[in-house]
Amino acid sequence: MATVELRNLRKTYLHEEIIKGVSLVIAEREFIVFVGPSGCGKSTLLRMIAGLEDISAGDLLIDGQRVNDTEPARRGLAMVFQSYALYPHMNVYRNMEFSLRLAGMPEAERRQRIGDVARILQLDPYLDHKPGQLSGGQRQRVAIGRAIVRNPRVFLFDEPLSNLDAALRGQMRVELASLHRRLGATTIYVTHDQVEAMTMADRIVVLNKGVVEQIGTPLELYHRPRNLFVARFMGSPPMNLLPVTINAQIPEGSVQVRTETLSVSIPTQQTGLEAGAPATLGIRPEHIRIDPQGAVQGVIEISERLGAVTLLHVRLPDGQMIVVQTGGDNADRADTPIRMTFEEEHCHLFDADGMALARSTDHPLLAGA
Amino acid sequence: MDKVAVHTSVMARPAASAARSRRLQGFVLQSPAIVLLLVWSVVPLLMTLWYSVRNYNLVDPTQQGFAGINNYWYLLTDPDFMTSLENTAILVGGVLAISVGLGTLLAVLYNEEFAGRGIARILVISPFFIMPTVAALLWKNLMLHPIYGVYSAMMRAVGLTPVDWLSRYPLATLVMIVAWEWLPFAVLILLTAIQSLDTEQKEAARMDGAGMVAQFINITLPHLSRAITVVIMIETIFLLTVFAEISVTTAGGPGVASTNLAFLIYSRALLQFDVGGASAGGVVAIVVANVVAAFLLRAVARNLET
Repeated sequence: MATVELRNLRKTYLHEEIIKGVSLVIAEREFIVFVGPSGCGKSTLLRMIAGLEDISAGDLLIDGQRVNDTEPARRGLAMVFQSYALYPHMNVYRNMEFSLRLAGMPEAERRQRIGDVARILQLDPYLDHKPGQLSGGQRQRVAIGRAIVRNPRVFLFDEPLSNLDAALRGQMRVELASLHRRLGATTIYVTHDQVEAMTMADRIVVLNKGVVEQIGTPLELYHRPRNLFVARFMGSPPMNLLPVTINAQIPEGSVQVRTETLSVSIPTQQTGLEAGAPATLGIRPEHIRIDPQGAVQGVIEISERLGAVTLLHVRLPDGQMIVVQTGGDNADRADTPIRMTFEEEHCHLFDADGMALARSTDHPLLAGA
Repeated sequence: MDKVAVHTSVMARPAASAARSRRLQGFVLQSPAIVLLLVWSVVPLLMTLWYSVRNYNLVDPTQQGFAGINNYWYLLTDPDFMTSLENTAILVGGVLAISVGLGTLLAVLYNEEFAGRGIARILVISPFFIMPTVAALLWKNLMLHPIYGVYSAMMRAVGLTPVDWLSRYPLATLVMIVAWEWLPFAVLILLTAIQSLDTEQKEAARMDGAGMVAQFINITLPHLSRAITVVIMIETIFLLTVFAEISVTTAGGPGVASTNLAFLIYSRALLQFDVGGASAGGVVAIVVANVVAAFLLRAVARNLET
């Protein structure tokens, strides 16, 4: 297995810079996920690592060796494509055999290795089938099998689950995670689906317009978003963001902010923000408590009952909409007034530039991280 | 016109007779097309069959009557006939080999990005729009003529003696001319086919370690196999009946060196005025075409499965 290092990678098409300097060190056996909205450059970055796109500037190192100008096949990578890209005229066996045959591996060894991989992926019964005769999930498995047989140093996945239906996606997600645990291969995985990112990643790289917004473990990104973009992007339903004004800096590590109708003090380290400065308050839907004595009031517009949880869309007196997540047994109806409490220890504060202000308390799961 | 009226009257009658009347209606409506087809294809076929067993020569009207299999006998024992069959096979095979082989390579080439690709594509396709007689005349007089031709001028320019292509290598030159006419068709079909090739497949092959040649053999060619079969089938149908190019350039000569089956039938009927013999040739041509078509269709059907 291998380490991968990106040193200030850049990609320029004509005059437009698509990737604006990405640096990242990927450890052995690590599962890294690139996420971001479409057009953020995550697939381009993956294809640059794969060798399918030229690198305009910067260095790409695999196991400490610069591979910018190495042919894709010689980089020791294997890639699973979004469309699977199976060879339609070859059966499953031949699909998996192709790279081994090109590498000049002896027949007996090829047979042995494909047999092993087929057993792991439960593909034995389908070795004679053509891709056209397989279901989506089976094709997906063949694509993964084709990557595994090469015994690559690094696995690359380009949105591999996006063509599957929801149930199968959930199942393949678990299979991929357990496969990664078993093979222990360094993996780079591109997705726009944050559930995939949160559940599978050791570390997530959030990309936006060719720039890395934040790199961290899933919980770091969730509980300590570095800026407004990450705060908005991670989490579903997304974080509530309210424009507020700094009211006063309270000396013992917290800031009081207010809008016309509410006032919250947020545990934050010394910021140097002046009273009256604009800022953004962020709070996740699950951190708003329904509380008859609460200081925040609003009117329920819509309630979405998902069974396990209920999402209340609440209009605040100043017209802002927020989402409150509460238990599945919540009985509140639309058009009824409601009082809430913001759990202050879970509030986030972003300055006028959208950067998060360092907090004075931390999430228990992140202690020591 | 009276759709509603017809419909209600049909509804009123018992089911069996309604069905019969519906069938009759369909028959009546189809009959003009069927009659046309009969007149235009079946009647000539029957007349050809009839003439092929008659003594019928326009030069000698006194010679008449039933010939039996004599027309066929003369044709099949005529050395010219075997030569014309060979020539037909060489013409079809040669043109197919050049147009499909070169066409595949050109299609791959024109699928790549390069400066002026649009213009190059138009240029490679344009010969297809030139009618066969004109194309043949262009080659005969403009390009290959031993005195005025462009190639002759080029050869003289470097001190070589010009070759009289059409009399020295008549069949090969014809193959070249007809291939020039049909290459655009192959390129056109194969280019559209190649454009439907999933780029991720080629990238996957690249990651699997396939170089340009390996990609072409393992990914591109299998993807093109159906289109190639279609090109072969359509071209064969037209190449079996090549006539204008021969008539304009060599008139089948020298001797019968460039006479194919179609031109042989023409020369029997309209140069020797032997309608009976020409009709026998026509019947043989029908048989040959059907044998070829049967093989082709079977090959195509196998290839179009899955």
